[in-house]
Amino acid sequence: MDGFIIGVGVLLLLSLVWMVFRIQTLVSVVKGSDRKIASTSNKVNAFLFLVFLVGTGILMFWYSIKEFDNYTMPVASKHGVITDKLFWITMAVTGVVFLITHVLLFIFPYKYQYKEGRKATFYPDNHKLEIIWTVVPGVVLAGLVISGWMAWSDITAPAPEKAHVIEVMGYQFAWEIRYPGKDNVLGDYDYRLINASNVHGIDFTDKNSMDDFPSPKVVIPKGEPILFKIRARDVLHSVFAPHMRLKMDAVPGMPTRFWFIPTKTTAEMRAELKDPEFQYEIACTELCGRGHFSMRKLIEVVEPAEYQKWLAEQKTFIQQNPAIAEGQKVESKELAGIETSVSNK
Amino acid sequence: MTTATVAQQDTAVHEHHDEHEHHDNFITKYIFTTDHKMIAKQFLITGIFWAIIGGFLSTLFRLQLGFPDMNLEFLRPLLGGWIDETGKLDPTFYLALVTMHGTIMVFFVLTAGLSGTFSNFLIPLQIGARDMASGFMNLLSYWFFFLSGVIMFTSLFLKTGPAGGGWVVYPPLSALEQAIPGSGMGMTLWLISMTLFIASSLLGGINYVTTVINLRTKGMSFSRLPLTIWAFFLTAVIGILSFPVLFAAALLLVFDRSFGTSFYLSDIYVAGEALPNTGGSPVLYQHLFWFLGHPEVYIVLLPALGITSEVIATNSRKPIFGYKAMVISLLGITVLSFIVWAHHMFVSGMNPFLGSIFMFLTLIIAVPSAVKVFNYLTTLWRGNLIFTPAMLFSIGLVSFFISGGLTGIFLGNSAIDIQLHDTYFVVAHFHLVMGSASFFGLMAGVYHWFPKMFGRMMDAKLGYIHFWLTFVGVYMVFFPMHYIGMAGFPRRYYSWTNFEFTNMYTDLNMFISVAAIITFTAQAIFLFNFFYSMYRGRKATLNPWNSTTLEWTTPLHPGHGNWPGEIPTVYRWSYDYSKPGAAEDFIPQTVPLSQTPESNLPHEQELVKLELEIMKDEADFLEANESKH
Repeated sequence: MDGFIIGVGVLLLLSLVWMVFRIQTLVSVVKGSDRKIASTSNKVNAFLFLVFLVGTGILMFWYSIKEFDNYTMPVASKHGVITDKLFWITMAVTGVVFLITHVLLFIFPYKYQYKEGRKATFYPDNHKLEIIWTVVPGVVLAGLVISGWMAWSDITAPAPEKAHVIEVMGYQFAWEIRYPGKDNVLGDYDYRLINASNVHGIDFTDKNSMDDFPSPKVVIPKGEPILFKIRARDVLHSVFAPHMRLKMDAVPGMPTRFWFIPTKTTAEMRAELKDPEFQYEIACTELCGRGHFSMRKLIEVVEPAEYQKWLAEQKTFIQQNPAIAEGQKVESKELAGIETSVSNK
Repeated sequence: MTTATVAQQDTAVHEHHDEHEHHDNFITKYIFTTDHKMIAKQFLITGIFWAIIGGFLSTLFRLQLGFPDMNLEFLRPLLGGWIDETGKLDPTFYLALVTMHGTIMVFFVLTAGLSGTFSNFLIPLQIGARDMASGFMNLLSYWFFFLSGVIMFTSLFLKTGPAGGGWVVYPPLSALEQAIPGSGMGMTLWLISMTLFIASSLLGGINYVTTVINLRTKGMSFSRLPLTIWAFFLTAVIGILSFPVLFAAALLLVFDRSFGTSFYLSDIYVAGEALPNTGGSPVLYQHLFWFLGHPEVYIVLLPALGITSEVIATNSRKPIFGYKAMVISLLGITVLSFIVWAHHMFVSGMNPFLGSIFMFLTLIIAVPSAVKVFNYLTTLWRGNLIFTPAMLFSIGLVSFFISGGLTGIFLGNSAIDIQLHDTYFVVAHFHLVMGSASFFGLMAGVYHWFPKMFGRMMDAKLGYIHFWLTFVGVYMVFFPMHYIGMAGFPRRYYSWTNFEFTNMYTDLNMFISVAAIITFTAQAIFLFNFFYSMYRGRKATLNPWNSTTLEWTTPLHPGHGNWPGEIPTVYRWSYDYSKPGAAEDFIPQTVPLSQTPESNLPHEQELVKLELEIMKDEADFLEANESKH
């Protein structure tokens, strides 16, 4: 019954619209306004451009100012401060261009709307103008590119030797974290060694893997360089730590990396945001399947001293599960015959 | 001598056409037609069909994003098992929706619907040709596209769903059925469909290029071509050079999926099993894909810019400002579009040095784009603007082109892109600069050339309402996405409540969804106007916009062959609007300079002598020809 009433309502509404449409068409035929080059509608449209300019302009400024703290994310890494600065410089430059061009774009229609008897200015070209507005954007862009390039080069430069290495491995649909232990060198892995107990596929015949340990979250010291070694087990993933301004794809078969220096501990950030629940997070930003939206991992940034204490408390893979290595030695002997490429140095 | 030969051919072609014109039956006229005008209409109608589907899919996922707690049980009659027991949209199907929306909009609507329609319709009419160089290839081009569409449409109804790896279909996700069900049959159909689409696009593109180069009428030099034709021509060139690379990418993906090769697959452990593939690289696929994918952006954008140039000049009653600069910037964009693809891959794991190079090249492409914007603005300046619906949509396009273009400067900067990559900032950027801008170009084209297509006018008032609802609507949908993107919201997320940093802006997402649904619904106004006016619209006059270009010299309902008599000769460029001294505010391209001494510019006055000589030669030739008979 409801459906029927809705149906009738929609039908009535449509016929009403239809009649209004027919009437306005007929009226315009009678008035002859459809044969005029520019009728009243021309003035209305010209005026609406002004309304649009003012209306959306106010809306934009109002919302941008009101929501500023919501959409700007606090930054917690050294390079993040630089990229944020570049972002806002670019915002200033493009913002000015955005405003000027839009003011012109919407004022011109109002100012130069059709008037009977006026003739448009025949103005086909002006080489000087063309050169100016080719060169000026060129120079401005060159400035932006060069500053961006310098930042990019620093960010992607090889990590300092003393950087703390941490492996982040993506799979459907979670992240696994591995620490290299005291030697700061991760043990080899091979995807064919992966099984229920050895989710990383760690090769325990490599002595570097002896002190490797897993962690349910990423714990890192403030103010010291951290090197994420990133890989994926099945499909593409992407490590996104928004507060660290860090993003790098995890690619099966091709290890990637990203290094950074965290500048605020979790506790400091909690104090700054007045949010006692605050956590640094890692999300996935490369579509990886059904659970793409749920690949959450936490990062905890602590003071260096606390970090050392935490390190000392961790148990290696082998300590946690001695069987893991036992089973593998047999397997790796079998594998020796078909040994191929993968190594993680 | 050359002109003489051309003239001779013209008469020959014309006679030939007259002979055949009367034998058209329903099938040869409306279905397997070789008339470029009918093929253009076929592309347009098919494009509109796909736009409805693509837009509708977006309203489905906007429901999920704006109203995550909503009970979607009412969609069960349509979506069946994709609505689970609790009335929620299935997350896998959400991905399929996003993927299909992207594929449909980019390829079927904005490539085939835009280029297919207007290149086909306008190239012969505006350069003065009887038809495309090969009518048969043109026919094939449409029917390959049609078949491709049928296959893609079928894939929507598979039990495992259509392809769901995003419109970029990156492997390994798209190669492994174990990773996502859509990578099974859905992906197979996607690949078959795209292969046919590439074939269609190449057949069309080769035809457009050949036609523009070879079939221009007497006097129609390249420097006199309307900017629409320049845009279609260069679009076709881009397509011919880049689509084959997508074909290669797809072919290798087919091998990986079906024949056990390892082009893109390496070291994969999925669904409890280690796969034998080693040595492949998923990044290779990304390079190949974006080698098409980026030029594709310009394939959808350039025709829209071409249409806009024409519409803005006509309705400003002014020549387009800086014709040469416009052509040079089109050429610049064409060349540069091939060498910026890796800016989609700054954080893909490719060598960061490569990232630096592509950042430089990417930001260079902003220069010709900026030049185009400034030229549009100067064209409006001191014009006598008539706001036809087409003109409104063109101004809207320029606005989107600015808004979306400027955010490209953020994303093209690799250092800034680290944070913004794959967030809603990117979604906002490309929906404005390529999606909405091209869509507005398409709309401007339809409103402007509808009288030529169907001999009737569309209702202008409905056009105004359609424009304002859509223009405001598009901004209400995509502008807020910038804020969401700056806040770090990743794209292709089914839900944002899992993360603290994205556990907000439910209000803004709701707003976007409502705006999207209203904007989508408002397109019904256009659909009504379009189909109603086709049969019941007011009869159009021969040149309703007082335009200078050749298509308006044809009869109201041009037959196959376009001009009943000889093809008109062109004596001037297509932008003689409001020329000082001229009586009217436009001088059609077919009016010889020798007839307009009052408005000729000094350099044109010099050409008059040459023009008269050529005309005399021609007359002599025709006379000689006559006496032979």
